[in-house]
Amino acid sequence: MGLSLLSGLVRAEMKFNLQEPATELGHKVYDLHLMMTIVCGVIFVAVFGVMFWSVFVHRKSAGHKAATFHESTTVEILWTIVPVFILLGMAWPATKTILAMRDTSNPDITIKVTGYQWKWGYDYLKGPGEGISFVSNLSTPQPQVRNEAAKGGEYLLEVDNELVVPVGKKIRILTTANDVIHAWWVPALAVKQDAIPGFIRDTWFRAERTGTFRGQCAELCGKEHGYMPVVVKVVSDEEYAVWVEGKQKAMASAADDPNKVYALPELAPRGEKVFAANCAACHQANGKGLPPAFPPLDGSKVVLGPQDEQIKVLLNGRPGTAMASFKGRLSDTELAAVITYTRNSWSNATGEVIQPSDIKMARGE
Amino acid sequence: MAAIPGGADHAHDHAHDQPSGIMRWVTTTNHKDIGSMYLWFSFAMFIVGGIMALVIRAELFQPGLQVVDPDRFNQMTTLHGLIMVFGAIMPAFVGFANWMIPLMIGASDMAFARMNNWSFWLLPPAAILLSTSLLVPGGAAASGWTLYPPLTVQMGMGMDMAIFAVHILGISSIMGSINIVTTILNMRAPGMTLMKMPLFCWTWLITAYLVIAVMPVLAGAVTMILTDRHFGTSFFNAAGGGDPVLYQHIFWFFGHPEVYIIAIPAFGVVSQVIPAFSRKPLFGYASMVYATSSIAILSFIVWAHHMYTVGMPVAGQLYFMFATMLIAIPTGVKVFNWVATMWRGSLTFETPMLFSIGFLFLFTLGGFSGLVLSMTAVDVQLHDTYYVVAHFHYVMVAGALFSAYAGAYYWLPKWTGHMYDEKLGKLHFWLSIVFFNMTFFVQHFLGLAGMPRRIPDYALQFAEFNMISSIGAFGFGLSQLVFLVVALKCIRGGAKASAKPWDGAEGLEWTVPSPAPHHTFETPPVIK
Repeated sequence: MGLSLLSGLVRAEMKFNLQEPATELGHKVYDLHLMMTIVCGVIFVAVFGVMFWSVFVHRKSAGHKAATFHESTTVEILWTIVPVFILLGMAWPATKTILAMRDTSNPDITIKVTGYQWKWGYDYLKGPGEGISFVSNLSTPQPQVRNEAAKGGEYLLEVDNELVVPVGKKIRILTTANDVIHAWWVPALAVKQDAIPGFIRDTWFRAERTGTFRGQCAELCGKEHGYMPVVVKVVSDEEYAVWVEGKQKAMASAADDPNKVYALPELAPRGEKVFAANCAACHQANGKGLPPAFPPLDGSKVVLGPQDEQIKVLLNGRPGTAMASFKGRLSDTELAAVITYTRNSWSNATGEVIQPSDIKMARGE
Repeated sequence: MAAIPGGADHAHDHAHDQPSGIMRWVTTTNHKDIGSMYLWFSFAMFIVGGIMALVIRAELFQPGLQVVDPDRFNQMTTLHGLIMVFGAIMPAFVGFANWMIPLMIGASDMAFARMNNWSFWLLPPAAILLSTSLLVPGGAAASGWTLYPPLTVQMGMGMDMAIFAVHILGISSIMGSINIVTTILNMRAPGMTLMKMPLFCWTWLITAYLVIAVMPVLAGAVTMILTDRHFGTSFFNAAGGGDPVLYQHIFWFFGHPEVYIIAIPAFGVVSQVIPAFSRKPLFGYASMVYATSSIAILSFIVWAHHMYTVGMPVAGQLYFMFATMLIAIPTGVKVFNWVATMWRGSLTFETPMLFSIGFLFLFTLGGFSGLVLSMTAVDVQLHDTYYVVAHFHYVMVAGALFSAYAGAYYWLPKWTGHMYDEKLGKLHFWLSIVFFNMTFFVQHFLGLAGMPRRIPDYALQFAEFNMISSIGAFGFGLSQLVFLVVALKCIRGGAKASAKPWDGAEGLEWTVPSPAPHHTFETPPVIK
């Protein structure tokens, strides 16, 4: 089509165009955008070439006398009809691309992506790796954000647990959300799909080369919207098999015994980790919160009050505020750990240890 | 009253009945006074919204957090949008309508003079509600101007203040629009048929119908948010049987026509200015009217092109893409007509003409990026990125704002009786167009490269363009103060303006003296 040659030239300098696609569909989108831009550019130059000709030649200071014509049916019909054909020419490839984009049938692997304020949860539902489940958090350290440390090369586009998928396989992504609307977006894979609480939507991609592809949440989802990146690592089939095995083993060994009785020194450090990953964005690492939207936990009446109340807040959230329900996001042990941590940190010193069995009981109610 | 002979003396008498000082402005029912108040109000809100934009751009000057925390940042983007759309651009064009429509159609005033006063005086309380919401616990609404639930359900009382402000602003624009429709349909001078009206009146007639049709829809949508927040309803809550996407459908059923509510009066102003400085009648007057009406009708059936990523059925995506592409046709007709008006004219380039050409050039650019965005597959990549931000600022700023400036410079001599400072006016134009492009053109590249909108902090690869954009934004913001200087200078003095200071201008407004007397056309003129 000649476009591919031209697009090769433009791709040399990526900053002015879409990211280099890593899927067949991505190439189609890339070429469609380029075609549109070129056609629009040509029309733009033609129309404004006429206008600037007029500006330079038909000026009063150059002694030009005004003509008096003010309509011409032929010309007017012509410039209504010609654009129709140009648009038809554009609509044809656009329609084909959309039909390809929306065909999510026959996937090799199906992964559910859940948007949380402000992280992504991944559950491998079908295909190799089935049963793997993890949460993916921003891993850029806070001091870099606050300009207290030099920013790394992948600043804001790095996570603790990447989504790992094999190359050349059709990956179907189901999106949903736990709290507000998010959007799962990886530019190089040409996927962007809103994640809507209470609903499941789907999209798909088939990566044609290995590599790490980075994107971000694209739908405003609250305070930390700018801090929930998506990182997809595309690997070979062999590497994928190794990753699946390792991940499944790690998950098995990390599984907690829900009936274990913990002591404070054992549970609090675990709670600190859970707090850093789930709570610190709002309530802050120092427990001071960002009042009034995000209340402090240090010295909080709820944290220092009866345990059951605090457990209820964590399980059910506080509807109408940013406080989400952690019922489905954290295990009994994690909830016990983080509650124990908040009740024994900063100036809080209740000395109480919440056991996983307490959470289990509260869930049962 | 209109039949009383000796209208000029009569007007003179009236001037003495007026309360003086502040009460004159509070109680006025004069369309010119009210028009001026609208214009000053919108300029004030433009400055407030502009300062918010500069806070946003200051934060985005470099990666990392420097100026505001992310929550404040989101409040800034939200209020910037709400204030610019409802507080600045819409009232500005209502101001033009108030001042100019009676003068253009030979009417003595607007049809409902007291309601006119009321629709203006609803605006300041709404503006106060919006701006003071920054100070309440929890801060202002931080959900983007589109106010998507469920995020809006999480906000504090600032959200309720924003909802109430939107209600008030909506009531004000509906009343203003009813007034405009009634004035245009009933109060035209004898002999002025609809197809002899200046195009500005046509565009406002169409716009007013759009406002009346869609503002209640917005009011309904935000009211549903209000009841979801406080009264236990679940319109947009899946857990209660509702659907968050329903809100988006309702919002954009309002939101897309809203884009044309802003753009169509801008088309009207430019259609007055370009013929005047081309010294040649508007090319294709009738096709302009038909094109504008088609754009207005099409604007009701394309709303979901703002929602290509919500997961519509593929048939929906295709339909909305085709319908959206159709808008390019009447829009193209308008651009061709303007260029044809200039063709073989006798052009001069005073400030109003410069702003009109700037409008034409940049609005078309925004139109083309809109055509690119209409392609569903491409939009899925560009949706919620800076490409979209660039696109709608080309349409809103280079479209609506530039045309408002064109109108302001064009009619300033009529309003004040003095010529404005042409040198400063031209300076204002050139600074504006250079800094505007510096701010927004590079945002296309940011969006293409993958920068989402509404983020306070960004990855390092976006740093250079953001820095350029921020510098441009401060330049653009400061350049607008030049206009304030020009306007104040023009009000205080300057060369006396004749009744018709532009030799190519046409229309009844140029048959009355400059400044236009307090009462005009008490005896309607007769149009041949």
